[in-house]
Formats: sequence, C-alpha cells, structure tokens
Amino acid sequence: MGSHGIRDRVAIVGMGCTPFGEHWTRSADDLLIDAVGEAVTSAGITLDDIDAYWFGTQASGVSGLTLSRALHLPHKPVTRVENMCATGSEALRNACYAVASGAYDVAMAVGVEKLKDSGMSGLSGTVIPGAGDDSRGEITAPANFSLLAPAYAAKYGLAGEEMKDVITRIAWKNHVNGARNPRAQFRKEVPLERIRSAPIVAGMLGVFDCSGVSDGSAAAIVVRAEDAYKYTDKPIFVKALSFVAGPADGLLDPEYDFTTFPEVVASAQEAYRQAGITDPRAELALAEVHDCFTPTELVLMEDLGFSERGQGWKDVTSGAFDLDGSLPVNPDGGLKAFGHPIGASGLRMMFEAWLQLRGEAPAERTVKSVAEGRSLALTHNLGGGPGECVSFVSVVGSQLTE
Amino acid sequence: MAGLIAYGAYVPYHRLARTDVAAALGGKGGKGTRAVAGYDEDSTSMAVEAARGALARDGLRARVSQLFLATAAPAYLDKTNATAVHAALGLDPHVLAADMAGSVRSGLGALVTAARSPVTTLTVLSDLRTGLPGGSDEVAGGDGAAAFVFGGHRNGAPVIAELLAHDTVSDEILDRWRLPGAPVSRVWEERFAEEIYVSLADRALTAALDHAAVDIGSIDHFVVAGLHARACAAVRRTAGVRAEAVTPDLAGVIGNAGTAQPGLLLADVLDRARSGETIALVVLGDGAGVLLLRTTDALPAHRAARPVAAQIAQGSAPMPYATYLSWRGLLDREPPRRPDPEPPYAPPAHRRTGWKYGFVASRCEKCATRHLPPDRVCTSCRSVDAMTDEPMADVRGTVATFTVDRLAATPSPPMLVVVVDYDGGGRFRCQLTDATEADAVIGARVEMTFRRTVTASGVHNYFWKARPVRTGETEGTH
Repeated sequence: MGSHGIRDRVAIVGMGCTPFGEHWTRSADDLLIDAVGEAVTSAGITLDDIDAYWFGTQASGVSGLTLSRALHLPHKPVTRVENMCATGSEALRNACYAVASGAYDVAMAVGVEKLKDSGMSGLSGTVIPGAGDDSRGEITAPANFSLLAPAYAAKYGLAGEEMKDVITRIAWKNHVNGARNPRAQFRKEVPLERIRSAPIVAGMLGVFDCSGVSDGSAAAIVVRAEDAYKYTDKPIFVKALSFVAGPADGLLDPEYDFTTFPEVVASAQEAYRQAGITDPRAELALAEVHDCFTPTELVLMEDLGFSERGQGWKDVTSGAFDLDGSLPVNPDGGLKAFGHPIGASGLRMMFEAWLQLRGEAPAERTVKSVAEGRSLALTHNLGGGPGECVSFVSVVGSQLTE
Repeated sequence: MAGLIAYGAYVPYHRLARTDVAAALGGKGGKGTRAVAGYDEDSTSMAVEAARGALARDGLRARVSQLFLATAAPAYLDKTNATAVHAALGLDPHVLAADMAGSVRSGLGALVTAARSPVTTLTVLSDLRTGLPGGSDEVAGGDGAAAFVFGGHRNGAPVIAELLAHDTVSDEILDRWRLPGAPVSRVWEERFAEEIYVSLADRALTAALDHAAVDIGSIDHFVVAGLHARACAAVRRTAGVRAEAVTPDLAGVIGNAGTAQPGLLLADVLDRARSGETIALVVLGDGAGVLLLRTTDALPAHRAARPVAAQIAQGSAPMPYATYLSWRGLLDREPPRRPDPEPPYAPPAHRRTGWKYGFVASRCEKCATRHLPPDRVCTSCRSVDAMTDEPMADVRGTVATFTVDRLAATPSPPMLVVVVDYDGGGRFRCQLTDATEADAVIGARVEMTFRRTVTASGVHNYFWKARPVRTGETEGTH
C-alpha cells in the first residue's frame, strides 16, 4: 500500500484556454469547443486521436454527454468529474492516471463553467441540500473565506488596518499581472487605494478582494512521457499530482484556528514528496494558486511552504511573490483577474505553467526564473472553505529528471 | 397542593419608538416604545424561549405531561405549532402538545386549563401584534411570550403560587374581530364594550373572591390585561382594590402583547411579589376571567432567572421604523441578487428533529469529543456509532472567528456569522442574532436562542442562532 505518484510518466503535449470573462453571446458548448480545438491544434492532432476524456464541470452539465454531445464525439469514453472548485484539476489528474496506467495512449482533460447565465452574483446554480434539514446556516463564499482574516490578524498580531494592507497588496499584484494577459477577464491595473476603499462584501473583504464571476474553458492533452516528443518539442512532464479531501472537522473542532488549510499542507507535502522537491520557494519557477479571495492567497503562501508560519504577510508586503519577485505567484493574474469558472480554473492554472515553462508567455509578464534555469511550476486549487475543503497540488516541469 | 410551580417570560430584544412612527407618517404617535419580535422570531420561537425559562430548573422538564400553546398569531394553520415547541424543549414523545390558537382569549383558556388540570401542565402564551402602519394596533401592540407550569400534585416540585380560585364568564361581543387571512383587526367603537367589560370583570372577580373567601381589599397585586385599553383602565379604577395594589401594564415600554399580555404581566408580578401575597389576574376579552393566586414561601427561591424588568432594561436602542416595516412584511425591499433561500426538506428535518429543534449534539463515548451537528463517526478517534446525546441549547460559548456577510440572502442584512467554541468542547458555525456588527468579535461570549431562520416556499425553517450574553445577566443558567 502506498501513494507512488507518476513522476515523469506522462506529459502534457497540447493545451487550450479560452479568454475568461462575461461571455454573454456564447454557451458552455461554445467555450469547450474552442478550448478543445485550441488544444488539439497545439498538439498537431485531431479529435480522432483522443482515446478518452475526463470532463470537469460543477454545474454546467451532468454526465459525459455534456462534452460528447457538444463535440459529437463518436462513441468515446467520457467521464464527468466534480470536486467543487478543484474540478478542473481533478479532470486532469484522472486523465493523467488513465494514461499512466496504460489503459489509453492519448487522453484529454476538459474543464468548463458558465456562471454568467444565472444572473446571480457569486457562484450559483449549485443546489446542494447538504443535510437537508437546513441547519447548516450556509453563508456566501466571500463570507466563508473572510473568516480567515480576523483569525490570522489576531494570531500574528496584525492590526485591522495592517491586515487590510496585506490583502490589498495581493489583489493589487494579481491585477498587475492580469493586466498583461490577453485571456484575463480583468485587464487593468487597479490602484491600491481603490482596492482598499472598495465597497465591503463580507468581513474585511471588499469587492476587489474577491475573484470575479466569469465563464471559461480550458483543455489539456496527456500522453505517455516517451511519446511526448512525437507531438511537441516542448512537452510539460507531470512530476506530481496530489489531491486530498479533508475530514471536514474544522467547523467541529476548536483546535482549528482558521489560519491554515490543513488539507493544503497535506496535499503539498505529498506533491513535494512525489516530485522530489525540498525547498519549493527556491526550486519552483512559478506557482499558480487558488486566490479565490485575497486572504486565501496569504494563507496559501504558508501552507504551500513558500513562507514561514506567521511570515507570509511580510513576504507579500515585500514583493516576494510579485512578477519580478523571488517566486512569482499567479503570474497570469490568478482567479483575481480571471474570475473563477469552477470547472475550468484548475486547467487554466496549468495553462499558465504550460506557457511559462515553454517560454511562450507574453514578454511583459514572462517570469525570469525560467531563463535563470528553474524548470518547475506548481498549480494549486481548492474547493470548499476554511475548515472543510478539498485541495489539489500538481508539480510539472519542462525537463525529465536525470 | 396544586398550583404554579414555575414560570418564565420572554421579551424580544428589539424596540420601536412610537415617536419614530409619527416622524415617518405624521400624527402624534404616542410616547414610549414597544417590543418588536426580530425578523427571525415568531409566536412559536418566542414560546420556546419563554418555556426554556420556565423549565430551567433541573428535573422539571421530565415532569411535564401536557403542553398548550396559546396564540392569536400562529406560525402555521392546520399544522400544530406546539409540536415545534415540544421538539425544541425535548419533551417526552408522550407529552400532549396542542395549540389553542386564533383568539387572544386562548391565553386565558390555556392558563385556566393548566391551572385546573390534574396533571403537570406547561402552558405558553405567545403573540405578535401587528397593525397597519400608524394604526393603534401597531403603535400600542407589542410582542412577547410567557410560560407557566402548573403542577405540584406530587412531592418534589414546590408550589410558588397556590391557585385559590378562578372564574370565567363568557360573552359573545363583537368588539374586535379579524377574518382569517386579514392583516389587521377591526374594532367597534371602543366605548361600546367598555361598560360590558367592567360588568363582566366584576362578576368574575366577585365569584372568584367569594369562592376563595378573600376580601377585595386584601389583594396585593391586581393585574388587568386585555386589548380593550379603556375597559382595562376602567376595571383598574373601579374594582375596589387598594390603589397601590394596581400593577403597571407595561404598555409604555413593551406595548400590549395580546394573548401573551396577561402572562407577561403575571410574570412581572411574580418577579417581585413577596411570600404570602395575593395576586388577582383579570383578563378581558369575549368575556372575562380571573385567576386568584397566593404566593408561597417557595417563591423567592424559584423566581425566573430572567426577570421581565431586566429583559425590558436590556432591550435595544429604538430600531428604524423602516426596518420594523420590512421585518413585518409591510415594506417589500429589493432582495440581493442571490438564489432564493431553500426551504428545509421534510424527511431530513424529521430524521434530525433532535438536532434541528432541540440542538442536541453527540458526544463520543470513547474519547468524549463533542460533535455539532451529531455525527455517527467520531472526528477525533473515528469510532463508529459510539455516541450519546449531548444537549447543547443551554451551553454557552466563545466566538473563535466571525464575519459579516453582506451578500447573503437574509430578511435583515447584513448576516452576522460566528464560529462558536462551546464551554466544555465542541464548535459550530451559526448566525449571530439580536446583535450589531460591534458584537461580532473574537472572544465574545454567546448563548443559543431558538429562531425562525427563514421562511422559504411557505415553510418556516426553525433553527438555533447565537446571541450575545448581555451584561448584567448571570452566567450559568439560561
């Protein structure tokens, strides 16, 4: 028994990603057709070459038919997966394992979500009765993640204004990055003061502390590592895929202090073990993390091992995670600038790793760490909220390990 | 000896200043304030709060044999409301729970029924009084509840007030009425029924005094309740009791709570009466009724933990009139751009009645970890099906972290949310009510209160919320 990982056994050889945004004139079908088309074109193949599909969406369709109907796929296996906001990553993980197992030569992971058609603010269209007795006291996603802010500030002695400065800077940084990304929903830099003084949504969080509501789709083509160079001279090799569903005891257990996601710590440690990483801050070229709300990104810096406990806010403030910092975090603009079409986000993150490690990101937001010799990227996303969540961490690289 | 063995009262936290009504609508508006049930309260939830106060004494709950809920503002028709109170109190399934609903006089009916019942009886009087904006029922009305346990037939439950006598006279009078579904009452010219009520009160009072062989001059506390304010005032003035025995009607500070008013006034007297005093409770409405009680030596040691006067003193600063109107459904405000709230589903709500209504969690038999909500698998040692019930309704806690949700669908935005760590272990995230944003801070002390969280698709969702422990209240007991 044990978790063995599939380091360097599969590679991503093609990817596609639509612009994310308010696609009023386009359906979920339109978006996934575009992402899938871009992916097969980039790999130089056709859909006839794909042997199996893993399709991720939370609320924009059920069953494999959502994909096969849109593409009129001829009798191929299509599995729909869902794991809250980690749905896109879960689709990729399953596609990778399917190829690594030897069951298929070529697999595709596709993620899509159409949020804007609902007319609601925030995530919607997901009726989850839960216990069904309506005793859960459901709160909105920004309120749920805002629970982190007072707890973090209290534990590490930050005054309310200091804490607000820290999360404001995270939003500012991701908007700076997103302004340099043609696929981002929000493509303008936003001044610190405007972020700071924006209308409050929940707790300490203003409008700019929250990721947007957008539509989008992304796709990836996975093959065995030894076949990778048949498709591209710049494949991305999968080093680690780590996913955990937590025991969901943070809302039951007074020991949980709302300054960490234990699920992220566990999945990150497992990913680093699979990938052979000992110092992620120094070894990674970039990280794409789940900045659904700004306090989430702050806590993730510590949970992912980029900062010491209680020090993340100082690293944020000093610019360590800026585009030109020691470890660029969310160089594509993150959920902050892209919005969060749930099924697509994990694959959108991987798309940025794909671009950066292949040297294909636009010059104005290319991370210099790749040119300096780093070849590994991390993607992370999570679903749920503080106290009960699922967490995914991948590590991919442009080089096979010696 | 049979008689009253326990009581409790509930005055909601919120207040409306009558001058604010006048400021918005013009006119005089009147003096003082009225009590206002929160947007998350109704006659059922207030009944639970009052009954919790009455049953706070150890062992009393197990002795209750029947429960009557009297209200003129039932949360449901057809469906019994007393069963929700029964569930929230965790009473034995064999305890009869029945409504006496529809008329304000049902409060008198429930009291008399309980007082002369051969078994220990919990009777709860609860009401919301609503009128059209600016009308006298809105301005003079009030909300609240009171609960009484009559028993003492067996040893072990000291009687705090002996029932000396009672009498009722019934009379068919068209002085106040409301068609089912109508939002407000209609009232005949007030002077019409005044003399009739004075006469009816005299007949009932005389009968009760004769039966008990008590002289009217020896009444120590003369309580008169009823929606006919002129008639009540006339009875107080002309009945012949000593002037100092006439008790205040509290209408200036909390308004007239209709069905619950005689209960609240009686509770207020019991909060301060001395041993061996005689109380006459006169209730006017479709006739008259009188309960004649004499307090015992046991009263001082068995008063309610939360006196009516203290609850009045701890009420909120006056709320905006527009907020009151929107809470009452008289001002239809723009909802947030969110999906409509979901109603609870009947089967899971029924499967989890103990949790949902009683706030009964579970405790692991192996490692003593508390679980809110109750689990089958222990989150700590992962033992399966090794749990015992853990009632949590009266356990206080401390806020671990909090938020203010400005996007959530709630009848009274913003929604205050707290993560509560309970004394003795266990954690639960829930709403904070009867509070302002300043009350939601790490370290704040909270207690649990039974509320109607939302009404969706015609279904009331009852569940528990936290509320701040107000200063001046003793820690420990409910």
